[in-house]
Amino acid sequence: MSTAPLTPAHGCETCPSFRPAGLKPLGVDATNWDYVVALAGNPNTGKSTVFNQLTGLRQHTGNWPGKTVVRAEGGFQFGGRKFKLVDLPGTYSLLATSPDEEVARNFLLFGQPDVTLAVVDATRLERNLNLVLQILEITPRVVVCLNLVDQARRLGLQVDERRLARDLGVPVVPAAARYRQGIDLLLQTVHDVATGKTQCRGYRSEIQNQEVNRAIDPLVAAIQEAFPGLPNARWLALRLLDGDDRVIEAVRLGEFSEPSPTQASAALASAS
Amino acid sequence: MNPAPSSKAAKVLSQAQSLRWELGAQFHEKLVESIYADAARLADRAVTRPDGPPRFDLDRSIDRLVTSRLWGVPLMILLFALVFWITIVGANVPSRLLGSLLIDQVYPWLRDTALQAGVPWWLRGLFIDGIYLATAWVVSVMLPPMAIFFPLFTFLEDFGYLPRVAFNLDNVFRKAGAHGKQALTMMMGFGCNAAGITATRIIDSPRERLIAMITNNFALCNGRWPTQILIASLFIGALAPSYLAGLVSAMAVVGVALLGVGLSLAASWALSRSVLRGEVSAFSLELPPYRPPRLGQIIYTSLIDRTMYVLWRALVFAAPAGAVIWLVSNITINGFSLAEYIVTFLDPLGLFIGLNGVILLAYIIAIPANEIVVPTVLMLTVLTARVAGVGSGAGIMFELDNEADTMAVFRAGGWTLLTGVNLMLFSLIHNPCSTTLYTIYKESGSLKWTAIAALLPLALGFVVCFFVAQVWRLFVPA
Repeated sequence: MSTAPLTPAHGCETCPSFRPAGLKPLGVDATNWDYVVALAGNPNTGKSTVFNQLTGLRQHTGNWPGKTVVRAEGGFQFGGRKFKLVDLPGTYSLLATSPDEEVARNFLLFGQPDVTLAVVDATRLERNLNLVLQILEITPRVVVCLNLVDQARRLGLQVDERRLARDLGVPVVPAAARYRQGIDLLLQTVHDVATGKTQCRGYRSEIQNQEVNRAIDPLVAAIQEAFPGLPNARWLALRLLDGDDRVIEAVRLGEFSEPSPTQASAALASAS
Repeated sequence: MNPAPSSKAAKVLSQAQSLRWELGAQFHEKLVESIYADAARLADRAVTRPDGPPRFDLDRSIDRLVTSRLWGVPLMILLFALVFWITIVGANVPSRLLGSLLIDQVYPWLRDTALQAGVPWWLRGLFIDGIYLATAWVVSVMLPPMAIFFPLFTFLEDFGYLPRVAFNLDNVFRKAGAHGKQALTMMMGFGCNAAGITATRIIDSPRERLIAMITNNFALCNGRWPTQILIASLFIGALAPSYLAGLVSAMAVVGVALLGVGLSLAASWALSRSVLRGEVSAFSLELPPYRPPRLGQIIYTSLIDRTMYVLWRALVFAAPAGAVIWLVSNITINGFSLAEYIVTFLDPLGLFIGLNGVILLAYIIAIPANEIVVPTVLMLTVLTARVAGVGSGAGIMFELDNEADTMAVFRAGGWTLLTGVNLMLFSLIHNPCSTTLYTIYKESGSLKWTAIAALLPLALGFVVCFFVAQVWRLFVPA
């Protein structure tokens, strides 16, 4: 069925009937999940393909940017745990300048996913890392899926995923999702991060500007006092300094204090 | 919420507010710059690029051709003409087979079985002559072209051609005051307008999104091809020698589709210079790499997700419409059916714009689904022209086995080449189907814009048909 032009690394993986060991796609059944996994990435990096591979759903995939305009949800089971997978719209940034960016950003922020799976295009790493760095500002619990490695190989590019993982402080899994390559390792990694077996360090970019740093530090302190235990106080400070209306509103309403289960699910609903 | 954190939150906000003033407007740019610099550094550490001159890049070579200023648009038209031609020629045989199975075999069997079971005539009529035949017609006419067109379209999509179409058309759309991404939503509209309307969510600016929604209807949707294809082969293909008929019909359909693109642009231009004035927003379009299409995936996506979905929708709407047609044809007052009264009433207006009352009534009945226009037209024509020897009775949709018979019915109904041409035009330019209108309402949340989206093309359709009829009558003696 698959017309892979490359020599498959593992023959069986490219066969449609192949299932990574222990993966049980649950289709649209995303009830009673143990963990929520958000799927983020630039447009046209193969998010929907990864989504379909994991959930067994046939969400429409297309080789063009901006195809996923709404959030799609599905479920899968792996290692005895149930995961709910949320496919976010493809965006280049999380600065929330357009509705789809806002949907993606709000979900990462208020939906509080246990793991964020960032799908990046190995052939356009620099542009894709912009988004990954912004995600890392919000949450360190990220797994990077270095997708389209087959494409990169075709272009003669070599991506050192181990160095990238060390630099970013989160696991990086190379994959060619279209050909089902790397999906099983990806699942294991997501599982390990969700269960806490793998700890993510999460790269935080240093801002070189002294003036900005002087402004951030007292604000971060104030935020930490107001919302103790918040993992992304620095990011929040940056958004407030940038005048992000939605974030200002959220601070005013106290949405950053300990999220109760009902609050989290309300955020899930309102993020759509 | 307890009061303590919220007062602390207020403190955070006021502190942020004052710091913002100190930092000034450059902050956003500095922030973005810092992220980009970091990303560049990290990417540079991880990626090894090949040494020496860049190797031959197939993608770039293809792109140079298909997005070239000179060849881009002609190639695009040629490619779509080819797709339509394959669809038209390829759908013929399976359409006939399905028709003979569902209408010549199953239908008489159903009728006889019901007759023997003693089902009352009106129940038989409503369900078998009305609902069954309408759905059977929709299946046999629509399924084959869709089963050919959608895989071809999905192939182009999977391969990565569609963003190139958007690239080629971006400039004209921008000149028309519309968003470049409208080219993509229009492409979706060629499959189904309702899907195209949903796809306008990729357009950020509300102004441009409204333009895209209102003008999407001019993309000839798949419910309308059977009409275009049938009328083109009957009236226009017949003008050419038989070995060219298929090609000429295909070109006529492509012509109508291109006219739709032109109208879409013209309407966008008019809207963006009148009620929806504003700046054109810029966007970056990434041309994704070409990827070897996955055949299994294409067949699955196009047949299950698209063909079956559209077919199911058509059936859901065709079934009640079949019942309505049967009812208006069988409820008689003073010896004339309701349909005849309505057709007689609509006839003067219809003939005035080069159509006729039958076509107008068919379009009223077919508001839920464009797919059933042709069978309705045939049935009503036979009914009102009182053609003897064809069809099986009042209110029964039917298909004729060969084009000569169909043509004979049309002639008896007073059809001319003008009627055929205007039907093709009206089929392109009229109100969207009710599903599309509902989608527009859901997406825009505005009754006003939904009404505009319905009435603008309808009015335009009347105007276009009227002018064509006037010019035609000026030059072609009746």
